[in-house]
Formats: sequence, structure tokens, C-alpha cells
Amino acid sequence: MIAQLRRLGRFVLDKLGRLGRASLFFMDMVIALGAFLFTRPGLVIQQVYSVGVLSLPIIVVSGLFVGMVLGLQGYTNLVDFGAESSLGAVVALSLVQELGPVVSALLYAGRAGSALTAEIGLMKATEQISSMEMMAVDPFQRVIAPRFLAGLIALPLLACIFTAVGILGGYYVAVQQLGVDAGTFWSQMQGRVEWVDDIINGVLVKSIAFSLVANWIAVFEGYDAIPTSEGIGRATTRTVVNTSLAVLGLDFMLTALMFGDK
Amino acid sequence: MIFDGIDLDIPRGRITVIMGPSGTGKTTLLRLIGGQLRPLTGTIDVAGERVHKLSKPDLYRLRKQMGMLFQSGALFSDLSVFENVAFPIREHTRLPETLIRTLVLMKLESVGLRGAWRLMPNQLSGGMARRVALARAIALDPMLIMYDEPFAGQDPISMGVLVKLIRTLNDALGMTSIVVSHDVQEAASIADYIYLIADGRVMEQGTPETLGQAPSAWARQFMQALPDGPVAFHYPAPDYAADLLSGEVQ
Amino acid sequence: MAPTKTLETAVGLFVVLGLAALFMLAMQVSNIRELGNNDGYTVNANFENIGGLKVRAPVTLAGVRIGRVVNIAIDPQTYEAVVRFTIAPEYHLPTDTSASILTSGLLGEQYIGLEPGGMDTDLQEGDTIKLTQSALVLEKLVGRLVTTLAGSDKP
Repeated sequence: MIAQLRRLGRFVLDKLGRLGRASLFFMDMVIALGAFLFTRPGLVIQQVYSVGVLSLPIIVVSGLFVGMVLGLQGYTNLVDFGAESSLGAVVALSLVQELGPVVSALLYAGRAGSALTAEIGLMKATEQISSMEMMAVDPFQRVIAPRFLAGLIALPLLACIFTAVGILGGYYVAVQQLGVDAGTFWSQMQGRVEWVDDIINGVLVKSIAFSLVANWIAVFEGYDAIPTSEGIGRATTRTVVNTSLAVLGLDFMLTALMFGDK
Repeated sequence: MIFDGIDLDIPRGRITVIMGPSGTGKTTLLRLIGGQLRPLTGTIDVAGERVHKLSKPDLYRLRKQMGMLFQSGALFSDLSVFENVAFPIREHTRLPETLIRTLVLMKLESVGLRGAWRLMPNQLSGGMARRVALARAIALDPMLIMYDEPFAGQDPISMGVLVKLIRTLNDALGMTSIVVSHDVQEAASIADYIYLIADGRVMEQGTPETLGQAPSAWARQFMQALPDGPVAFHYPAPDYAADLLSGEVQ
Repeated sequence: MAPTKTLETAVGLFVVLGLAALFMLAMQVSNIRELGNNDGYTVNANFENIGGLKVRAPVTLAGVRIGRVVNIAIDPQTYEAVVRFTIAPEYHLPTDTSASILTSGLLGEQYIGLEPGGMDTDLQEGDTIKLTQSALVLEKLVGRLVTTLAGSDKP
């Protein structure tokens, strides 16, 4: 009993310690961001390439499939009520409010977040971070902050692309395959999707919030990794698991705040 | 507790070698000098500045005058050899590209790898990687350079190359060098002064000649690489025969 | 250590693609094109019961959407619902226009249907529509039906 209590206590203290380190880390990162932001845009561009451009294929393909499935499923359910004309609205609302930002954040964690963690962890394990410090170059400015900023930019763009491609996928299935009228499809969509409440709040605000969390976790786990191959492996896993949990939890809160009172 | 009342003087312009068994904190010592770790008590002064009391900007200013060669080389794996050596120059100066090119090629020439400037770090052998790292460490002409196990895991030829490089660079550039090593022969051959460290204390110190005279049994064992002596071959254990006969499992 | 040209181009394309996607979401998916039309004139209508009418519900004339509900409040004196909605500036309606709350389809959302009257004067900004018909509430409808049936049984 005492042993279990102690284990619980150690667990809580350990988590609190990590949270504290992560917060300090975040502050250092923000300070570094301010210091380098306007002097070294090249560093960020390179990172946008590796987290953003390289994530495009998986985002586009997944977006297309998710949209097509939504179209198909929505149609089979709505056609029973004779309401297949609102298919466009159903597809667009699900993508814009939830699936677009959430699924792209989850895919991002798996594709780019884990890579960020592994890269930074490996730089730490091979003493590249240490040697940078010894060369009087702040790794926060040179390594951490550019990657964080690049990720922060990339994920919302990816979420927009995911959502748009998903809607096109839904359009293809609904209009080209199932014969829903194209005009109805779009006009129902436009009638129900609000620019401010759905696109700005749904896609943009959500994906920026997810981006903040996902990239913070990814770079922190890399920087905090135990510099061994096993440590990096664990850190990579933690990035994907923690990001997924954080994104889904945050999504619930944001949904409750944004769409809860309707 | 890694160190207990350790006291080292590193003279300017000389090569000081710190030797000791594995796990005695030789690398920790270098990190203390470089300000990456802070001591619980005691003081570390480099060129008249108290390293562990410096603010971050001051520490970074001081580090621009320090070079460190890490055991693994620690080259940036996403940059070419040229860009690795150019890295500190680009970070700390605003020199034009032609001048950077000249500087980098000069540094690479001094370690004999000017022809390898296009290669990526993963195309280099261990010895070459260490030489590139050395060129990077001296890119800004530091006053102090620290070598962390420069000879570990090197074949005899690249070991010889490194020994020669450390000596010539030290003399040519007028640097202060600190070499941490446990390769007795090579380290002794370039040292101006040697500290032997074990159990967190300085066991012996002196020039290679005086240490060769073996003032203590421990130093003799270490310098001559004897398998048994004051440092016992066996890890502390109960009596052998009694242990085998006891029949205890776990 | 400038990033190479192709890399920069790829990143540029990526950003353009992302913004294009956002633009498509704005123009093709959402109602942003109608936001400009919001600056029509606003009209009030009092209803006894608005049922499930919500803010931003459509306002239609002969089935054509000409505006939207912008606000729903309660009149503290009469305890009636005060619905404020906009009408696009190109539509001029007589002052005796009537408003009713209708339902699209069996389970669809509720909207306001307008029926123009015959007066010569037009509705102006801030006017209140007098003739309104509340939403049909199923329970009340059933209740009324039951009493009617019970009443007709008696004699």
C-alpha cells in the first residue's frame, strides 16, 4: 500500500517535473524566436520544407480518402430521409469543424513531429547540440526555434489543404459518382458553412492551436530525450502519443467553446 | 560527487594532458571549463574570468575563444565538410563569401583535408571526421582548445596524424591545449605537463619524464598499463572458493 | 548557408497551395460572399413563438433567400420574441408584408418566409413587421387536434 502510494507520488512528481521543464523550454524558445526571427529567415524556410512540403503527399492522399468516405457514408445515411441534398453541408461541416484540423494534426504528429523529435534527439546524442553550445551558438536560436516556427506555419497550411482536398473528394463521390446535383451540393454547403464561425474558428484557430501544441511537444521531446538509441526511440513514441492525446483533448475543449452553444 | 578537492593549473601556450581511468570524469572536467556544467563548490577561471559566474552573453563571448573537439567529432550531419568548418565563421562574423571560402580552405589545408570539402560527414572515416572537427574548432583561432579523447578508437596511422596535428597546431597558433585521454603513449608523447586523475583527485602530476620515473605504484600501473596492481584486476567480491561452494542462486 | 533554389521554390509553392486552399474554403465552401450583402436594411418582427429558429437562419421571399436572421431577443413588456433580420438592399417590400416561421422539409431547419402585401409604402430600416405567424409547435398542434376531435364527438 505504502509502496503503491510512493509509486503514485513518484509518477506525479515525474510528470510535474516534465511539465515544468517543458514550460521553461517553451519560454527559452520564445525568447530565442524573438532574437533570431528577422535575421535568419533561411533557417525557417529549410525547415518548412522538411516538415511542410514533405508532409504534403500524406496530407493530400488522406484528405482525399477522408472526404470520399464522408461523401459515401453521408449519402447512404441521408438518402433514407430523402435529405441527400444537404450532403454538401454535411461533408463540409464535418471536415471544417473537426476532421480537417484534427486528422491533419494527427498525421502531422506521425509524419513530421516524430521526425523532428528524432532529429533533435540524434543531434543531442551525437553531441552536435553540445558542440554548438561550445561554439557559442545558442542551439535554441539555431536548432529549436527555427524548427518550431516552421512547424507552426506548416500545420495550419496543411490543415487548409487537407480540408479543401477532402471537400473535393466528397464532391467527386457525391456529384460524379452518386449523382447529387452539383448546384445543390455547393449551395447547401455555402448556406450552412459560416466564414467566421466555421472556417476561421474551425480550420484556422483549431489548427493553429494544434500546431502550437504538436510542435512544442515534438521539439521538447527531442531536446529532453535521453541521448541513447533507446532514449530517442522512446522520445519519438512519446511525441506521437502525447501529441495525439493533447490534440484530441484540446479539440474537445475548443469544440465545446466554439460550437457548444449552438 | 565526481570531483573532490581537485586543483589543476593549465599554463598558457602549453599542451596539458589529463589522464585517468575511464569513468573518472575527465569529460566532465572539460564541460566545467567550457561552462556547460556548473560546479557545486569551487571556482573555475579561464583567462581571468570566473566561468561559472558569467551571464549567458558573457559565457558565449568567452566561448568564442574556446574550441572543443568532441570524442565523436560531432559534425553537423546535414552540412557538408565545407559548411561545417564555415559554420562558426558564418555564425560569428559578417565576412564576405570569398573570404569565408579562403578561411575554410586554409583551415582544412592545415588538417590535410582541403580536397574533401565537398564530402558529407557520413562519407568520412572516423579519423577524417575528427580532423574536420578539429578544423572547425580552430576556425575562429581560439586561445584555448580542448580535446576530448582525441585518440580513442583510431587506427595507428590516424592516431599519428592527430598527435602531429595537436602538436603543430598548438605551436603554430600559440594556443593553450588541454587533452583528455587514456592513451598513455600518444598522450605522453605530446604533453608538456600531465595530470593523472582517479577517484576525483589528482593522483600524480608532472612532466612526461618525471611521471615515467614512476613515483607511486598507482601511477606506474597506469602509465605502464599493468593489468594488476593498486587497481585490482578483480571487482570486489567474496572469497572465490566460498562463493562457488555456497550454491546460492541470486 | 542559403537554402537552395529548388527548396525555396518548393516552400513557396507549398505556401501558395495552402493559401489557395484557404481561398477555396472561403469562396467556394463558406458564405463569405454573402457577408458583403449583410449591409442591407434590418427589419424586426415579433413572434409569439419562434420554435427552433436560430440566428443566421435564412429569410426567404417566394423560396428565394434574400436575407438572414441577425438577432433574437425577448421583448420584456409583451414577452414576445423579437427577431431582427436583414434584407438585401435590392429588395423593396411593402409595409404590410407578413412573416411566418416555416420548416424546410420534415426535419429541416427553420427559416422565415416573407409574403408581400399590397401597400404602396416600403419597409424601411428599423421597421417592425406587424403580421406574423409563429412556428408550428407539434405538441400544441396535437393538443388542438385532440380538443377539436373531442368537441366534435360530444353532440
